[in-house]
Parts: sequence; structure tokens; C-alpha cells
Amino acid sequence: MSAPSSWTVASIRAALQAKKISARELATEFLNRIERRNPELNAFLTLSSERAYAQADRIDAAIAKGDALPALAGVPIAIKDVISTSGLRTTCASKILENYVPPYDATAVARLDKAGAVFLGKTNCDEFAMGGSNENSAYGPVHNPVALDRVPGGSSGGSAAAVAAGLAVAALGTDTGGSIRQPASFCGIAGLMPTYGRVSRYGLVAFASSLDKIGPFATNTADAGAVLSVIAGHDGNDSTSAAVPVPDYAGESQAPVQGLRLGVPEDYFGAGLDSEVKERVQAGIAVLERLGCRRVALQMPHTDYAIAAYYILATAEASSNLARYDGVRYGLRVPGGTLTEMYRNTREGGFGPEVKRRIMLGTYVLSSGYYDAYYLRAQRVRSLIARDFTDAFQKVDAIVTPTAPTPAFRLGEKASDPLQMYLADIYTVTGSLAGVPGISIPCGKTKAGLPIGMQMFAPHFGEASLLRIARAFESAGGFAI
Amino acid sequence: MKISREDVTKVAALAHLGLSPSEVDLYREQLDAILTYIDKLKELDLTNVEPMAQVLHGGVASGAKEGHPELREDVLRPCDMAGHVLAGAAEAQTPFFRVPRVIATGEAEGE
Repeated sequence: MSAPSSWTVASIRAALQAKKISARELATEFLNRIERRNPELNAFLTLSSERAYAQADRIDAAIAKGDALPALAGVPIAIKDVISTSGLRTTCASKILENYVPPYDATAVARLDKAGAVFLGKTNCDEFAMGGSNENSAYGPVHNPVALDRVPGGSSGGSAAAVAAGLAVAALGTDTGGSIRQPASFCGIAGLMPTYGRVSRYGLVAFASSLDKIGPFATNTADAGAVLSVIAGHDGNDSTSAAVPVPDYAGESQAPVQGLRLGVPEDYFGAGLDSEVKERVQAGIAVLERLGCRRVALQMPHTDYAIAAYYILATAEASSNLARYDGVRYGLRVPGGTLTEMYRNTREGGFGPEVKRRIMLGTYVLSSGYYDAYYLRAQRVRSLIARDFTDAFQKVDAIVTPTAPTPAFRLGEKASDPLQMYLADIYTVTGSLAGVPGISIPCGKTKAGLPIGMQMFAPHFGEASLLRIARAFESAGGFAI
Repeated sequence: MKISREDVTKVAALAHLGLSPSEVDLYREQLDAILTYIDKLKELDLTNVEPMAQVLHGGVASGAKEGHPELREDVLRPCDMAGHVLAGAAEAQTPFFRVPRVIATGEAEGE
């Protein structure tokens, strides 16, 4: 058996078809690896061995009968713990949902199941996906497998760490302001945020409904595309899901990249960008130029306002979405003499500090007398940021930037200063607000060996372009420059 | 100062968060820093700029109403999970969720 970390969607399919390994053996190998490695990483909160073996046995039975195999047959996958899984605890890394067991699968999960994937378990994250370091989990931080004293990024830190450590072939994460792309960058793997509406949000526990997206993590471009192909597409259970046909990502990503115009916005390379990150991303752009892409200088003048607009809109939506945790219908209840006391005791006891901070900020910006000054203003700025992207895509096919201003920082380094933590989202929140797709792919390492990520944006529904450029970059050795 | 202790207490009450006095101080300080930073949005001239609430795309899915992908036919579907749902509640008495008394005997709940 080859080393599990080298398994890919394609190699698993070939090995299963050649009967070199069974889906059950593969599931066992991955669950064993998790058992060995998870104590130091804390990437998984709940394992789902029972479901994994049932799914694997289904694939093995299909192979025995000679049936055609579905797209992700036997592929071991991890799922971020903000995505609902039927009969499997879904905590959102919060105490308030410590014992919550959803009665149904999220649409993305149901589609993976139908495509033959094997669910290993639920991954740790920042509580309700709020954070950029995974230190806001009620169940302890995740450690970066590349350097255990560093954060894996967040909020989908457990999913990124699991894939980077070879504990899963792929994983689902969610991205509201950078929560797939930034941990992919910190852990040295690929992470794709789809266009808003490309993947159904049904069954995703809501943080900021106008910004939340589900997307894949993988070690390579082809696997990220394979997972996206399965989870993408319209869903009648999500009224914001887009009725736009899903392209053949595998086929389209094979197209050459020669002649593509790559926008490089100087606003993303200014003060605050770590010099090693800057140098590696510039080297990455040079690789794409050697492949025949044309570099175009761009201005995206409202970039500097994105953090302020994002933290108003995302917290406003969060304060509304998280009002449902009141101890009545599910989750924790801390008793109180009156109904209101019960609400307050439950929310005080159940939410962690960052979630409370965001609920407070969101409630404040929506409260009487402040709505126009904050919320409405931020919505107008969101228009300007979206316009920056529309204007840019008149001139270029994709935009290339760093994913994060720094490589993975040390655990505890930024934990006491929320504003500093928010400011680190500068390069990712812009695309989130515009609703365009983005990908982070590895782009070499610092001298100390920490991964660096290069981010690309494409126009709405341009995931195939992102995968195409990423594939060409990967084939040219760009991941390891 | 952008936000006072009284503002923080008021917002906490609106959000049904029972904060301890030390939390009120901490959040006052942190929210003050964040709101001060957010003020940079005032630098922009937003005259004639429409607010953007959502990214919505067109297209028609099968089963969706023409021109309205967000709408579908209003058809009854089985949803036989009341038992599962109530099993997740802290206190239930089929088919109800139980909560502390909302209306006190003879008078509205004092709050």
C-alpha cells in the first residue's frame, strides 16, 4: 500500500478497480492515522467510523458486483463541524451545540455521500467559523502539522490540518471572509472558495448568510476540482443557490493558459505584507508568465476599506443568525427564573469570547440610530468593492495576490488583540464581499519552512479558470518553487 | 470614545447576553478600537452608490419558476422528524418545547 498522504481521488479509483486495496482497508488506514496523529493536532472533534465503514462497504459491494463506480468512490473525506451531518454530532466548535445531532445531511454532504465518499469525521474550527487562527474553538486550538507551535489558520483550521497531515484526502471547509483560503495557505495545500451560490448552503449552520460558502480542501488541483464537481449545482432547498450549469471542471482545467491576462493589483502588495511572502508570490507570478500568461498591472482602489465593511456586514448578519441559540429548541440550556433569564444564562454560558464580541458588534451596528451610519454605509462600500472586481475583469481573466500577509503565526501570538486578527484578513475579504470565486494554492515556503499561499480570483462562476491556472502552475512545479 | 459602558450594557441586553462587569469593560475597550477603525469608511464619498445586500445570480433551474430560480412550486413533502427534533431539546413534552413560565399568574412577567 502506498503512503496514505500520497493517495488522490484518481489513485484511489485505480487501486480500487485493480483490487489492490478495498474501500474498507483504505478507511481503516485513514482512521488509524487519525487515531495516531490527532492527539497532537486536535484536527478532528468527532469521528464517524460507523458511517465510514458503511459507506466503504457499499463501494466494496459495488466493485464485487462489477458496477460502475461513482465519482468519489472510496475517497476518505473530512467535514468541517459547521456542516450538518445526519445522526452525527455537529458542534460548530461551540459549547452551545456540544450535544447537537442534526436530523439531516447538508446538501453538500448528501451529494458527497451519493458520489461514494467515505466520511472520516468532523473537523475542528473557530467557534461558528468566527476567527482566523482556530484558537476560538471551545474544544482547544488545532496545531499546524507543518509546525506544531503555529496556528493552522482559520476558521477551517481542522479541515486544512487534516488534509495537510494526510489524515484525509480532501475536506469540506467554509469560507465567509477567508476561512478556506487562509488555512490552505498556512498549511501548504489548495483551498477553493466557490462563487456565492455555486454550492448550496442548505445544512450549513449560518454565520453570515450573504457571505457563507462551502468549498473543498485538497493537496492538489485535480482533487479540489473533483470535489467541487460533486457539491456544486442548484438546490431547491437554498433560495440563494444559483441555477447555473456546472461545467466539466476536470476537462476545462486541462486547457492551456497561454494568453490569459493576469491582473496584479498593487493595492495587495503594499505595507504590511511580509517580505518573504511578497517575494514568493512574485516568483509565482513569474512562473505563470513563463507559461504564457500576460501580467497586467491593476488598481483596486477600495481594497483598503474592505475589512471595515466586512466586519460590519458579517457581524450584523451573525448577530441575527445566532439569535436562534436561546436554549429552547436545541443545544445547551442554562436554567433561569424567567424566560429572559434563561436566554441570557444560556447565551452567556454557551458562547465563547469571539462569538460574543461579534454578536455585540453586530447588534450595535444594527441598533436604532446607528443603522445608517454603519450597516447601510458598509453595504454601499460593498458595492464599490464589487465594482473594483467588475472593472478589473473587463481587463483581465484572473487576479493574482498573496492569500495572507504573513505565513502561519504562533499560537497565542495575536489572541489578545481582535482588531489585529481582523486586519490579517485584508486580502481575502474583498473577494468574499464581491461574491467571486477564489483559490489559494501553495507557492513555496519561507526560509524557516513555513508554507506560503498564492491567491487567485476569477469572475463569478469562473472556478474552471482558477482550476486551469492552478493546474498549469502545479504541473510547472509552482507549488514547490 | 466611540462607545460607553452604558452602550455596551444596553447592546448586551438587546442581544440577550448576560455579561459580567469585567466582560463589559473588556468589550467596551475592544469594540471602541474596532469602531474607531471602522470610521475610515467615512472617508469615502458614497453619494449615488446603491447599497449591496446580496450577490444574486439569474438563470432558471429545473422545477424553478421562470425567471425566479429562488422560487419553486409549493408542494407538500414528507418531513417526519418531529421526534428527532424534540429529542434535541433540553426540555420537551411531545409535541411541545417546554420553557420557563412566560406569563406569571395574574400579571405579565416583570422584566
